[in-house]
Amino acid sequence: MTLSDLNVAAPELILAGSALLLLMWGAFQGRSNFAYGAAAVLALVAAACAAALGVQGRIFSGGLIADDLSAFAKVFIYGFSAVSIPLGERWLQRRGDNKFEFNVLIILAALGMGMMVSAGDLIALYIGIELQSLALYVLAAFRRDDAKASEAGLKYFVLGALSSGLLLYGASLIYGFAGSTQFPVIAEAVSQGAGGGVLFGLVFLICGIAFKVSAAPFHMWTPDVYEGAPTPVVGFFAAAPKLAAMVLLARVLSEGFGSALEQWRQVIVAMALLSIFVGAFGGLVQRNLKRLWAYSSIANIGYALLGLAAGAEVGVQSMLLFMVLYMVDVTGFFACLSALQRDGKPMETIDDMAGLIKERPALALALTAFALSALGLPPFAGFWAKYYVFKAAIGGGLTVAAVLGLVGSVVAAFYYLRLIKVMWFDPTVGATERPPFEARSVAVAAALFSFPAVLVALVWLDPLAKAAAAVLG
Amino acid sequence: MALQAIAFYVMATVTVFAALAVVLAKNPVHSVLFLITAFFSAAGLFVLLGAEFLAMLLVVVYVGAVAVLFLFVVMMLDVDFVALRQGFARYLPIGGVIAGILTIEMIVVATMVATKGAASRVSGPQASLPDVTNAETIGRVLYTDYVYFFQAAGLVLLVAMIGAIVLTLRHKPGVRRQNVSAQTARNPKSGMRMVDIQPGAGEGE
Repeated sequence: MTLSDLNVAAPELILAGSALLLLMWGAFQGRSNFAYGAAAVLALVAAACAAALGVQGRIFSGGLIADDLSAFAKVFIYGFSAVSIPLGERWLQRRGDNKFEFNVLIILAALGMGMMVSAGDLIALYIGIELQSLALYVLAAFRRDDAKASEAGLKYFVLGALSSGLLLYGASLIYGFAGSTQFPVIAEAVSQGAGGGVLFGLVFLICGIAFKVSAAPFHMWTPDVYEGAPTPVVGFFAAAPKLAAMVLLARVLSEGFGSALEQWRQVIVAMALLSIFVGAFGGLVQRNLKRLWAYSSIANIGYALLGLAAGAEVGVQSMLLFMVLYMVDVTGFFACLSALQRDGKPMETIDDMAGLIKERPALALALTAFALSALGLPPFAGFWAKYYVFKAAIGGGLTVAAVLGLVGSVVAAFYYLRLIKVMWFDPTVGATERPPFEARSVAVAAALFSFPAVLVALVWLDPLAKAAAAVLG
Repeated sequence: MALQAIAFYVMATVTVFAALAVVLAKNPVHSVLFLITAFFSAAGLFVLLGAEFLAMLLVVVYVGAVAVLFLFVVMMLDVDFVALRQGFARYLPIGGVIAGILTIEMIVVATMVATKGAASRVSGPQASLPDVTNAETIGRVLYTDYVYFFQAAGLVLLVAMIGAIVLTLRHKPGVRRQNVSAQTARNPKSGMRMVDIQPGAGEGE
């Protein structure tokens, strides 16, 4: 390879370079301020542009792949990371904890996620996951004087390390039996019937990735971590890293194990259904909204996995669309939560939301939109997301699984409707504080996307996701 | 050959027993020392396999750094190991089940390797050229083919460093630091204060 091949890695180089520069700048400045945050956002936007418009190709013998799929995923990953910087930075500033490292860690996490979606090699896969997760562990415990945040960070770290161990064990088995860490070579070995050892490794690899996307039965860290971590950080956790891990899973399964579709499909379907039901039933007893949305995210990952299990191009396309629409909703929801305060305390339980429609009509309407969307009511974004997934699942011959998924979403409807009922019809508890500008605008923008804008957006999202999925088809 | 076989069996036995002793030793310092023994004999096994470089890495990194770090942690943190062991009987059944499953899996995988041979189907990584040592082979690819992974691993370490600093560094207020330039720039004017003391009144401080 020549030096000009590095053009393919332009987004990664931009992010790595700007992370180092920002680190230097921050060391002299100490606290993050408007200009510092703006520079971090600018770096992410530049990387997103580079990913969308840059050169495509495979470099480092498949370690870094830039194609339509990675470009699609990277634009959204960098975009949502950029949104989380002002949200998180202002939130921390109001609590006097706006250390500059927050911005640097978000950029490095975004870099790791970009490496994940571009990985065509088991080593790149592992390093990408690790770069992303390590940054997220630190972000979860970022408010170190808060006991709950520290607990969240520690739990996330210990369980994440365990999952990395599973993943590495699987990767080493695959390497041992297939003879290479590169996906195309593994695919060749699998199609020649590499046998049980590779599949053993694959199951461990899937388990390790399932931990990262919090799919059941590897979901147990999610509610605790979401409850304890700073609210805007949770909004970040629940969105971009999941898309990255799902795209990574799709790429491993189709590029590396395409001919073993029947073997891994049953694992993915089982995890999908388990996630949908754990999410639906686990959420019923939650009073804390962050925990509730943790279960909601578990259920949503179940639907995304169902789309993936449908296989082929349609399945991957439905998974990509589902994840993008879900990410908008979940970012908006956590922006609402981070905006709402009463008497200096964050409003985090369902009871806190009583009568919110009279207090803060805009935010209450936004929350209503997110709840209805998560419920899957037409014409909200969540409906279209589920529509694509179920269409792909039925087309892929998973009719029974699709019906069970629908049942799960009916069960989950209960807690979304309860939140709406409490907000609209219960008497108000007291005055809330004025919501900060940036969180309110993100929430309202996401809510507007969730209802009218999604109809227009799907017109161009649909072919883009199709082109991205065609890479694996 | 016989010498190699003897060396292998001696070192393999020592590794297994040292690893068992790590878990079973009552005194945590003994556990760490057994861990070092296990690392050393594993390094010996690597030498037998012809992987001198890995053997050296194992000694330098694990024995030199990691195990010594463990030793520091064990000695400096006052962890009550008796209390840590109290759940032993309670968690024994579930732990035993998991250990049993893992053992069966290991045996299955090992038999698969033994019967079919790992990587027998594809042209996997080839043995290095006879006239090149394995340290040189690694050196040839580390900064060329694997430069991306190498640099990315560096970024992972950078994140770990940032994380450690974010989570532990505290700027204590009121710490008096030595400021050399302020000290040398001090002159009689800034260092002395002339006070006109009234007779019988004294100075305030």
